[in-house]
Amino acid sequence: MVSAVAAFFGGLAIISALGVIVQRNPVHSLLSLIVTLISIAALFIAEDATVVGLLQIIVYAGAIMVLFLFVIWLLNLQAEAQLSGHLALKLGGSIAASAFAAEMYAILARPHLLSQFTAEPPGFGSIDSLAPKLFTDYLVAFEAASILLLVAVVGAVAMARRLPSAGERKPSGEEQAS
Amino acid sequence: MIPLHYMMSLSAIIFAIGVAGVIIRRNILVMFMSIELMINAVNLAFIALGSRLGSIDGQVIVFFVMTVAAAEAAIGLGIIISVFRNRETVHADDLTLLRW
Repeated sequence: MVSAVAAFFGGLAIISALGVIVQRNPVHSLLSLIVTLISIAALFIAEDATVVGLLQIIVYAGAIMVLFLFVIWLLNLQAEAQLSGHLALKLGGSIAASAFAAEMYAILARPHLLSQFTAEPPGFGSIDSLAPKLFTDYLVAFEAASILLLVAVVGAVAMARRLPSAGERKPSGEEQAS
Repeated sequence: MIPLHYMMSLSAIIFAIGVAGVIIRRNILVMFMSIELMINAVNLAFIALGSRLGSIDGQVIVFFVMTVAAAEAAIGLGIIISVFRNRETVHADDLTLLRW
């Protein structure tokens, strides 16, 4: 039996996920996405993944979504007059996605899948249980992640940097000569 | 505890909505948001299965997925800004430079 909390947040996640792809205004899509992420964070906490759920709210629904919002503002995007794309594409995409969901359901959601559960140890999902694992078994991955973030920051700045406009740039012949 | 088949169905449905978003929408920012939806659907499956197995590894992997997603968002949005600056569009059908 699904508890009321799980049913509420699960339904909210699905409805707001649909909102992401049907809204014409990108800002509305983004707000729907934030609702989805917070619902998923609530489900994480209901599944005893407290730390990850809180990180999801802070990092995902907070930091990454604000980054999206800044980009939408920076590009000054307006709502589309109508959802562009061919009708055949929309229809085909919906049918393909439904078939995909049915397939995943058939594979993953069988009731007898993984019927032998292991009991969670006490304190499961707390920072006390997460941190030792992170700094022993996953230490290499942790350090690699820190390098990845550094590279991503440098790369993002390098790409989004405003290059000198065409008038200021040297003619291409001189660039090749120098 | 939430039944496993409920969590896995939810994960499958949200992933499929993300797939539909990438196929249907032509605005590259919304396509990017749909990719975030798919990442979160997979995270949900990791958390649900990890807690059933009594293993903390699922949560550690979700932690790393969030790290990679943050890096991916920064790079992806940088690319989108760069494309918009050069082509004045975020419409995927207008970006045909590499089309044969």
